[in-house]
Amino acid sequence: MTSGSIATERPDVSRSRAAARVGFGPAIRSEWVKFRSVRGWIIGMIVAGLLVLLTGVFLAGNGSIGCQNGPNSPALTGKACLPPVPIGPGGEAVSDSFYFVHQPLVGNGSITIRVTALTGIYTQGLAQVGQAPPPAHKGLEPWAKAGIIIKASTRPGSAYAAMMVTGSHGVRMQYDYTSDVAGLPGLASAASPRWLRLTRSGDTIAGYDSADGRHWALVGTAHLTGLSRAVQAGMFAATPPYNKATTSLFGGSDQGGPALATGSFDNLGLRGNWPAGAWSGVNIGTNKLTPRSPGGFRRAGSAFAVSGSGDIAPLAPGPLSPIPSTTVEEPLAGVFVGLIAVVVVAAMFFTVEYRRGLIRVTLAATPHRGRVLAAKAIVIGSVAFITGLAASILAVWLGLPKERNVGEYVLPVSTFTEVRVIVGTAAFVAVAAVLAVAIGAILRRSAAAVTTVIGLIVLPFLLSVTVLPVSVADWVLRITPAAGLAIQQSIPNYPQLSTNASAAAGVYPLTPWAGFAVLCLYAVAALAMAAVLLRRRDA
Amino acid sequence: MSTALSPSRPAAQRPGLTAIRDALRAEWVKQRTASSAAWLLAGLIAATVAISAAAIAANRCPAGLTCPVDTTKLSLTGVEFGEAVVAILAVLPICNEYSTGMIRVTLAAMPRRAVVVAVKAAIVSGMVLAAGIVAVLACVLAGRLILPGHGFSPARGFPPLSLADGPTLRAAAGSVLYLGLIALLSVGVAAIVRDSAVTIGAVLGLLYLFPVIATFVGNMTWHNRLERYTPLAGLNIQATTGLRSLPISPWAGLGVLAVWAMIALVGGALSVRLRDA
Repeated sequence: MTSGSIATERPDVSRSRAAARVGFGPAIRSEWVKFRSVRGWIIGMIVAGLLVLLTGVFLAGNGSIGCQNGPNSPALTGKACLPPVPIGPGGEAVSDSFYFVHQPLVGNGSITIRVTALTGIYTQGLAQVGQAPPPAHKGLEPWAKAGIIIKASTRPGSAYAAMMVTGSHGVRMQYDYTSDVAGLPGLASAASPRWLRLTRSGDTIAGYDSADGRHWALVGTAHLTGLSRAVQAGMFAATPPYNKATTSLFGGSDQGGPALATGSFDNLGLRGNWPAGAWSGVNIGTNKLTPRSPGGFRRAGSAFAVSGSGDIAPLAPGPLSPIPSTTVEEPLAGVFVGLIAVVVVAAMFFTVEYRRGLIRVTLAATPHRGRVLAAKAIVIGSVAFITGLAASILAVWLGLPKERNVGEYVLPVSTFTEVRVIVGTAAFVAVAAVLAVAIGAILRRSAAAVTTVIGLIVLPFLLSVTVLPVSVADWVLRITPAAGLAIQQSIPNYPQLSTNASAAAGVYPLTPWAGFAVLCLYAVAALAMAAVLLRRRDA
Repeated sequence: MSTALSPSRPAAQRPGLTAIRDALRAEWVKQRTASSAAWLLAGLIAATVAISAAAIAANRCPAGLTCPVDTTKLSLTGVEFGEAVVAILAVLPICNEYSTGMIRVTLAAMPRRAVVVAVKAAIVSGMVLAAGIVAVLACVLAGRLILPGHGFSPARGFPPLSLADGPTLRAAAGSVLYLGLIALLSVGVAAIVRDSAVTIGAVLGLLYLFPVIATFVGNMTWHNRLERYTPLAGLNIQATTGLRSLPISPWAGLGVLAVWAMIALVGGALSVRLRDA
């Protein structure tokens, strides 16, 4: 009896072990055969790819751009309006326009100054031909700035390091356009002045600040590569144009106009070799698309007042960009349209098994239920990835020239970033498909599964770009799977820039990989829940 | 042969009022006894009111600023999202019959196929209209209660929402009709497509992709075209301020949606009639 029962059990154990060893490959293979033999699903995926491509190419470069060089000159359109865009040392497009009171500094040295005031004026709207100019109001933009700067040359886009006071962000050290370090807080005034110092030693420039001119604190250190022996150094002032955005439901309205910031300086102290011995003032950078207030400087004994407009900062997309700029991911905005088709196919990939009772055959062939789920996720994820990748590559390849043709400036990014944007878009589609197949396994019904996934991904995004105020939309795009779209953002969010940009302009609250991780977490959670339910429930 | 056909002819070809009443009753019994319909109607009301209330609560008019907000439209925001539930609700009666094979029984009992589609459309849109009235009234009430505390007070030019106000009444009633038309559109697409997942995808795509594309398209000509000729135009019925700058007038916008719904319904009826079940 005993020996007989042992003898019959043994083959069972070895057979199940053998099944476990060979189980996964055939499971994937059979799911792939199922997918490829349903014509509707293949068509669905092709439709998805075409929708991504066609919508993307349609949306890319759809704006119209016009400008005029002066009140009486002919109206220009498109590329003719695009000014030369300076490129910073890091390869990014920058705006580099300010009023510069400078002289050469040869070799090592330092410049020290006391800032006693930063004031500003702005006008709402532009002067119209034949009308009185709009009245000037007193006020400062948050990122109005004035202070001292050491710059490789007066060429826009050249390397620099600067210490400055700002409209509402205290003392900052900024260098090479993208770097921004906070110093003392508060606005400079006669009662509470700010002392600033820059010290050059070879390629290294150190920034210090002080409230009294005796106790100094190091704010930051910049390494400007390739600095020549003679650099330009001195005082500067700049301010972005006035902008007041009333964000509300159904689109905000931007009111803007030229602005001018004035920094008041005294106690100028120079060390090192300053051969010129005299200051000269110049407006760095011009841009016929953005009206600028003319800058200038006045000197009274040892006191200076420097006025300027413009900005020294990276360029970012959004309504406040000084030129009509766009991004490499713009032709990929159509991913949303294709996503719905992908979600439908992915959800059905599981739910149809329940409709026809096929699931019982599937589970008889592959008794390990988690393996069925994994095989389906792998197959649909791979198909969605390849579809998304092909559509993304084509959309960028066809869309970017179209954007350039209408005169939009495509903000340059590194090759790595461009690959991340394109491959990331495909990965977004793939993970969304995996989420859909898992939700299909959980809900078992096509209609419910499709609606749930669209409600999780498309609706939050739609709410965020249309009706929600930016503050609420930022949270929606952090906690819903729509956060994954951040993988498409090629230009990072620079804190030293007021952009008024929202998701509608392609700016997301989370960094690209963090946003993508949120989507992946949803997919993993849905897969885990589906695996548990699949094991617990009868088919 | 001819004797075999003749008895069935009078019933099949002249569906008198009785036949239509019977058909309506049959569909009503189906809907009443399927638990999903009641849940979805409750979900329609809940989703519409919740999103409206959230949108109202998320908007404030800070002191000292002028706020160009259409408070009626703001209070009816949920309608644009409740329509997703309407789509499911309207798609299931047809798609479920096709997926279970029940459609063959239905068509055997009611051989006039166009009547089947019409009756399903009538029952579904009737239920949606009833639930829509409740949802829209609750949205207006939410706006009336919450808005004054968020800076949208009578003193600053925002009288409390009231259905006695002509434009607000038009926006509210129009929103109910809008939901009804979405139901008709969904029934039509369902009769053409038959599969529930694909139908839902198609209807939600039709409803939600145009607003996203309209947001991203930079070209004003295309933006206006999208707002004028897609189902999106129907939402203009909610506007009470800035009527002159609308891409299409409120009732004309609803008319555009009605045309879409009619095309879908006629296409659905033809599809059911011409294709095998």
